[in-house]
Amino acid sequence: MPSYVNPDKCDGCKALDKTACQYICPNDLMVLDKEKMKAYNRDVTMCWECYNCVKICPTQAVEVRSYADFVPLGASATPLRSTDSILWTVKFRNGMIKRFKFPIRTTPEGKAVPDGGFETKGDLNTPLLFTEPASLGLGDVYRLKN
Amino acid sequence: MADFETVVVETDLLILGGGMAACGAAVEAAYWAMQNGLKVTLVDKAAVDRSGAVAMGLSAINQYVGLKDGANTVKDYVDYVRNDLMGITREDLVANIARHVDSTVHLFEKWGLPIWKDEKGSYVHEGRWQLMINGESYKVVVAEAAKNALLQSGVGQIFERVFIVGPLMDGDRCAGAAGFSVRENKFYIFKSKATLVAMGGAVHVFKPRSSGEGMGRAWYPPWNSGSSAYFTIKAGAEMTCQEVRFIPVRFKDAYGPVGAWFLLFKSRATNSQGGDYMVERKPELEKWAPYGRVKPIPANLRNYMGMLDVMEGKGPIYMRTDEAIQKIANTYKDDPKAYKKKMKDLESEAWEDFLDMTISQALLWAATNLQPEERSSEIAAAEPYFIGSHSGASGAWVSGPEDLQTDDTRAEYFWGYAHMSTVPGLFCAGDASGASSHKFSSGSHAEGRIAAKAAIKYVVEHNTMPKLDQAALDALKAEILKPLAFYEQHKNATTDPEINPNYIKPRMFMFRLQKIMDEYAGGITAQFTTNEALLTKALELLAFLEEDSDKLAASNLHELMRCWENVHRMWQAEAHVRTMLFREETRWPGYYCRADKPHIDEEKWHVFANCRFDPGTKAWEMKARPVLRVFAEQPKAPELVGARN
Repeated sequence: MPSYVNPDKCDGCKALDKTACQYICPNDLMVLDKEKMKAYNRDVTMCWECYNCVKICPTQAVEVRSYADFVPLGASATPLRSTDSILWTVKFRNGMIKRFKFPIRTTPEGKAVPDGGFETKGDLNTPLLFTEPASLGLGDVYRLKN
Repeated sequence: MADFETVVVETDLLILGGGMAACGAAVEAAYWAMQNGLKVTLVDKAAVDRSGAVAMGLSAINQYVGLKDGANTVKDYVDYVRNDLMGITREDLVANIARHVDSTVHLFEKWGLPIWKDEKGSYVHEGRWQLMINGESYKVVVAEAAKNALLQSGVGQIFERVFIVGPLMDGDRCAGAAGFSVRENKFYIFKSKATLVAMGGAVHVFKPRSSGEGMGRAWYPPWNSGSSAYFTIKAGAEMTCQEVRFIPVRFKDAYGPVGAWFLLFKSRATNSQGGDYMVERKPELEKWAPYGRVKPIPANLRNYMGMLDVMEGKGPIYMRTDEAIQKIANTYKDDPKAYKKKMKDLESEAWEDFLDMTISQALLWAATNLQPEERSSEIAAAEPYFIGSHSGASGAWVSGPEDLQTDDTRAEYFWGYAHMSTVPGLFCAGDASGASSHKFSSGSHAEGRIAAKAAIKYVVEHNTMPKLDQAALDALKAEILKPLAFYEQHKNATTDPEINPNYIKPRMFMFRLQKIMDEYAGGITAQFTTNEALLTKALELLAFLEEDSDKLAASNLHELMRCWENVHRMWQAEAHVRTMLFREETRWPGYYCRADKPHIDEEKWHVFANCRFDPGTKAWEMKARPVLRVFAEQPKAPELVGARN
């Protein structure tokens, strides 16, 4: 079933023009059933289990049940993604729980500055790219001496 | 299709794709477009925040040369790639990416990607070229910089959820692209002065190991469906290395990454009898000299030695995670407190490696009650993929940069604009450009930047909008939308929409392609082995499939995308089969063997095997191109300036 939607938690993102899971799925799998106002995964055999629908869901209605054709039942991995870190709860088949927390970014959301503060020196006719050579940490880009 | 609105978008540079290469192209193009008063349009079939191969995240950056610290030289990287590809690589392209990739990585860090640092503040290396990262949001951060660059400057616009089917041409010049929205009934014509293709490689051309739900758990993502290959082939571009597929050996079934285990944790892989094939099969390497003698041993040969064990019935093959972790922790055995902390750190690192990029593998461990410090895990070879950015090499044949040519290479490898295909105005990056392997995520981004700058230069120097023929556009619209019309026309002939004598649905079409490729073109079932007769048979069956592609049917926009994705895969398959047939040797055992030509033939086949589909005559032409060195063999290395050598 890869990703699936808990009908008790899904509200169809009713305040939005499209559901969050539908917006983010890289494989165009999540769809909103407009009659039920619930989302669902329309083709579980094409799901990569990338968890982007799980991470983005505002009501935590999307979960993953591992590929049933090779994974024994009973385990889960549940993310809680904040603006700077992600907390994972991994539940084993035998009931054991492990928890891991990892950083995800060092800058505030939305604030990636394209030039990173590096100055650009070249023009269209040199091999220097945008932000080079400063972003290389070198005086110039490598060239062959012909 | 009267109810389909046609939307025409005119732009100077058109960037197709939204992954690492396309995001690099966006950041670079925005700057040069602003300088020159040009417009840039990016089109992604998904949402840029989480599209492409890095959509889930990554746990390492695999290409960082370390030029500023003098850790390695550009030539070191070229040597590594050439050897790993058994001698077949474009040194000018690899060097061009290698000389810029550090800049890209430094930008990633500024944008907010957490890169591991040691106590001295230096990057933590997984291996010589690889950096460890906390990469859950790698794509989000890189996409954010690309979107900010295009949208905040006002030079760009982004279309999401628009699937690009194929090229528009003005004579032999690329004039843009055609596609459709997967959300609303809109047909898109993008007219452009230059077009940059970065739509990824191809998955599901071959039958995957799992055939139920797990079919989607390919190592490389299932949404990479050969769109770059189709686009460039149909534009009439010369293609290269179409035989150089990649077979990743990964944790079995969930395809968790092995890089951290082999490189960072120094794990061994052993067979069921405890034998280490890398030791026991060492004499095999001599057969593949000189490449079998280099360190690191080429990826395909490492694969091959493990495959020989499996074929001899010595499987399963295990990654010895327990042994590796114990060995590291044992260095702290005299200090119980430090030992406990080290074990905890190692456990966290091991799990993060999967949770950042292959969550399914963490689930498989949890579901089998497996803790890596206690028990080994099985590894196995996956099905073949087309991924020119990794250890495969398939893609378009592109021009190198002018300043990285020698007097010998200039005539063969340079035609005006860096990373432009043989089609004027058509640029390629990432998985779309060939013979420049080992770019990975960072190098693909760097190549996107290189190609975008060159494409802007092309627009400045060819600042005219190509002409398009309205009748041809109308015909193209009808062709692209045909599966929807065809379905409506025939759907009432049966009581079940999935079975109908008049049409084929994209899912069964894909299964038919996968079965052909798996059994005749060296897939898993055939133990990655083929021969001339099998390949000829594959072409015969592919010809029937191509005829039947005219009968594809789609009940909605999602299925229409699936129809075209599978047509894209089919063209990638044909280029692959034709090129394996053309190259009469076995050069990459571990990726595939030509059983009828089982040896490497340096005298005849130390060449690029290129192919081209002529859009006019509809004929394929095969062509050998010379492998020329930019960096002469030692001791006559050309002198490098601009940084420490």
